Amino acid sequence: MKIKLVLFIVFNIIFNYNYVYSKNNNLDLHKQISKNIRCIVCQGQSIDESNSDFAINIKNLISAKLEEGLNEEEIYQFLKSRYGEWIVYKPELNINNFILWILPYALFIAGGFYIFTKLIKKKKKININRY
Amino acid sequence: MFLKSRENIIRFLFFLVIFLLLFFLGSIFFKSLNTTKIFVPDKLIGRSLPDFTAESFDDKNKYFTKNEIFNEKKYYLLNIWASWCGPCREEHPILIKLSNDHNLELVGLNFKDKKENALKFLNKSGNPYNKVLIDNNGSVSISLGAYGVPETFLINEKKIIELKFVGPLKNSDYKKILKKINYKNEN
Amino acid sequence: MILGQIGFLLLVSSLIFSIYLIYLIYFNYKSVSDIISIKIYTFTFLQLITILFSFFFLIFSFVNSDFSLVSVYQNSHTTKPLFYKISGTWGNHEGSLLLWLLVLSLFSFFFLIQSRNDLKKYRLLTILFQNLIIIGFLVFIIKTSNPFLSLYPVPLEGLGLNPILQDPALAIHPPILYLGYVGSSIVFSSALAAMIEKYVNKIWASSIKIWIMISWIFLTIGIMLGSFWAYYELGWGGFWFWDPVENVSLMPWLTLTALLHSIIILEKRETFHSWTLILAIISFTLSMNGTFLVRSGILNSIHTFANDPARGLYILIFLSILAFFSLIIFYLFQPEKKETTRFFLFSRETSILINNWFMIFFLVVVLIGTIYPLILEILNNSKISVGPPFFNILIIPFLIPFLIFMSIGPRMNWINTENKSIIKKKLLHLLVIIIIFSPMFFYFDKKNILSLSIFILGIFLLLSLLNELKEFFIKSKIRNISKIISHLGFAILIISISLNNIFSIEIDTNLKVGDSYKFKKYELVFQNISGKVEKNYNSVIGKFILKDIKNDIIYLNPEIRIYENPPMITSEASIKNNFFYDNYITMSNIQGGEYYNIRFQKKFMMLWIWISALVMAFGGLLRVFKK
Repeated sequence: MKIKLVLFIVFNIIFNYNYVYSKNNNLDLHKQISKNIRCIVCQGQSIDESNSDFAINIKNLISAKLEEGLNEEEIYQFLKSRYGEWIVYKPELNINNFILWILPYALFIAGGFYIFTKLIKKKKKININRY
Repeated sequence: MFLKSRENIIRFLFFLVIFLLLFFLGSIFFKSLNTTKIFVPDKLIGRSLPDFTAESFDDKNKYFTKNEIFNEKKYYLLNIWASWCGPCREEHPILIKLSNDHNLELVGLNFKDKKENALKFLNKSGNPYNKVLIDNNGSVSISLGAYGVPETFLINEKKIIELKFVGPLKNSDYKKILKKINYKNEN
Repeated sequence: MILGQIGFLLLVSSLIFSIYLIYLIYFNYKSVSDIISIKIYTFTFLQLITILFSFFFLIFSFVNSDFSLVSVYQNSHTTKPLFYKISGTWGNHEGSLLLWLLVLSLFSFFFLIQSRNDLKKYRLLTILFQNLIIIGFLVFIIKTSNPFLSLYPVPLEGLGLNPILQDPALAIHPPILYLGYVGSSIVFSSALAAMIEKYVNKIWASSIKIWIMISWIFLTIGIMLGSFWAYYELGWGGFWFWDPVENVSLMPWLTLTALLHSIIILEKRETFHSWTLILAIISFTLSMNGTFLVRSGILNSIHTFANDPARGLYILIFLSILAFFSLIIFYLFQPEKKETTRFFLFSRETSILINNWFMIFFLVVVLIGTIYPLILEILNNSKISVGPPFFNILIIPFLIPFLIFMSIGPRMNWINTENKSIIKKKLLHLLVIIIIFSPMFFYFDKKNILSLSIFILGIFLLLSLLNELKEFFIKSKIRNISKIISHLGFAILIISISLNNIFSIEIDTNLKVGDSYKFKKYELVFQNISGKVEKNYNSVIGKFILKDIKNDIIYLNPEIRIYENPPMITSEASIKNNFFYDNYITMSNIQGGEYYNIRFQKKFMMLWIWISALVMAFGGLLRVFKK
């Protein structure tokens, strides 16, 4: 175990940069976070999908921050404070984005309301109409 | 009759709303045609420089904090560079020119570079920096909201980022920087 | 050189024919005769032929590497394989518009022949609207995107086609997608024409249904091909990224799907006139909107196209005219509201309504997610990204009720389902299936709950459909087989996606030659690396071995390709698949090191995702040929 650890550290020092950025238990969380961060170099991809230098730096940063004990939301906050809201794929629910999040639900409810009140017969009426 | 006309008015209003909605979307599209879609982070411009620590270039194991680097009441130009980056060579003469200005202190952040290469580069093309720092894994530049090399920040005496340049500095950028620092000093 | 000029002249003459056609239509419309004059047939045919030949000439110039044409010079290269020289014709803006136009005139010619049994004035008006659209495109091509623009002095070599686009799936993806987009133009024109002629009735519904079906089929396959291409070419192992360009093709698909259902109500029950018309109009408007958003380059997408604001402006003007024109026609000619028809709760009509309700919800989500960043940037100057998490959060939970309705709805009778036992039986089935599969909830992680629920409901839908299929074949009950098959395709799609979500494994690591990486019960060995020289690129090929616990061995050979014209480096995935999962590996080089970044994925049910889309389209095809 110890040997493994020493080897790992030595290895990491030799191949310092760009080497494996996540050797912790947070692999899944790391993946989840990096899928939600948008790459600035190759805009249109997430950090997870990109192999650009920038993406690798951010991946390293995420591992470091996770080891520091930051949670997902705090990491997003950190990146947003540096790069702006654009960097995160999931827009937060605030005044700006209120319509974005609410409008689909509102229209869904309105549509359902219309369908079930205006277009569909109530049971009682059925008999009246038939005779 | 009255009912009929009321219905018509409602119908007309309904179409008017749709018309306006389409018109709105059309004008959004129209305006979007002339704006660039490439995102350049500008969140930090006009804000105070975030805290960070960076290793010194000359002295291994020596680390500087933000306040130790930007300790004087003057303008600083923070330049992220690397010896392997082509555009950095392009902007180098401008940095040299800027280093002659006494109102400005230049800080270089050597980005993911091999030390011997970086040294060779500085020896060959001249060292414009008053202080050189190292960013081994890109974490310092992320703290600065940068995403590549070269990138340059003009920081004022209150440690607020006044200007930011992505990519190599051009002559127009040089003039912009000079204007900023000299304008402030005249007052 | 001369060929290019002839091609251009053909386009101009086609424009003259189109204008003349409008004149002909006007007189024929006013005449008392019941038949369409032969001249209209002739000129529609001539219009088609001129565009066809001009397209052939363009292909010919590409094959011949005639660099005197700007579009050939910019997008082709002598060393390119013949197949990609041909597909390069529509791999660029100018050529793709010419293809659009070709399909447009092809379809309007077919419509003219196929609609012989319909009302004369309605047919004429449809052709008129088609011609207005054709003229719009012709002017656009001639003015801003002339594929035959010549270049002097003639360069000796072209700039080459973007290597990412040199791919068989992508070579046929645009034409098929366009067939879908343009098919909806017929639906659009005919909806406007039928509205003006007060022809929105059963007969119209059953005659236009085939066009809705055709464009839906092509759109389905086109979207599938695009997704397939992204899966193996972009090298991330995903198949749907909620990228704006993808969304833009999904939107007309959603409305066409809704229309496909609502037109049945119109056909069977003579109601829902206005709603069906609205769907028909927005389907094409959304197709055009898609073309605008993609071609103008105002979306920030992975699929970037070279953009020119003048072109974007032209399409925008065209799109606005289209939208306002149809809005005005709708305002003036909207079918008279008879007394509001009301449906019984347990009826086929209601279940179709529910389908439309959900489809429109999905449309709203996709639409707003795609254009909201644009709106916000203009109004507020703040830049946001709307990506996969947004769409997943909004859409996936709604799939649960959607799937339940989809399983039960088609079992309802028209007008009213007197016998409620079928519904009770279905709900009982659902309960049984949930109980059978519920242990899975304890076995799997918390984050998989949604995928699992969707999987279970997918199974429920699949079983209901298999039951219907059994009734069709064994008890030979009359059921709509094409519907069953298309729905079956959807069930397989849902099941595959949910399983793919739950079971896929993803490894992302850096290895050098000789390294091996162990994960779960597998071991991935990086054996060696070799180089290869091809006609239009050089490549570095990695040799990997994947061993599993039983020592079964799979060889994987991902590539890094270095193209010279234009200079570009791409990662080619190596995919070895069997019936249930794909082994997917890509490698990319890391700056200044012997290490390579290796991304290995085991993706479950991938093959079935493609198959399911084909099954869906096949169901539609059966319907087309049954006619």
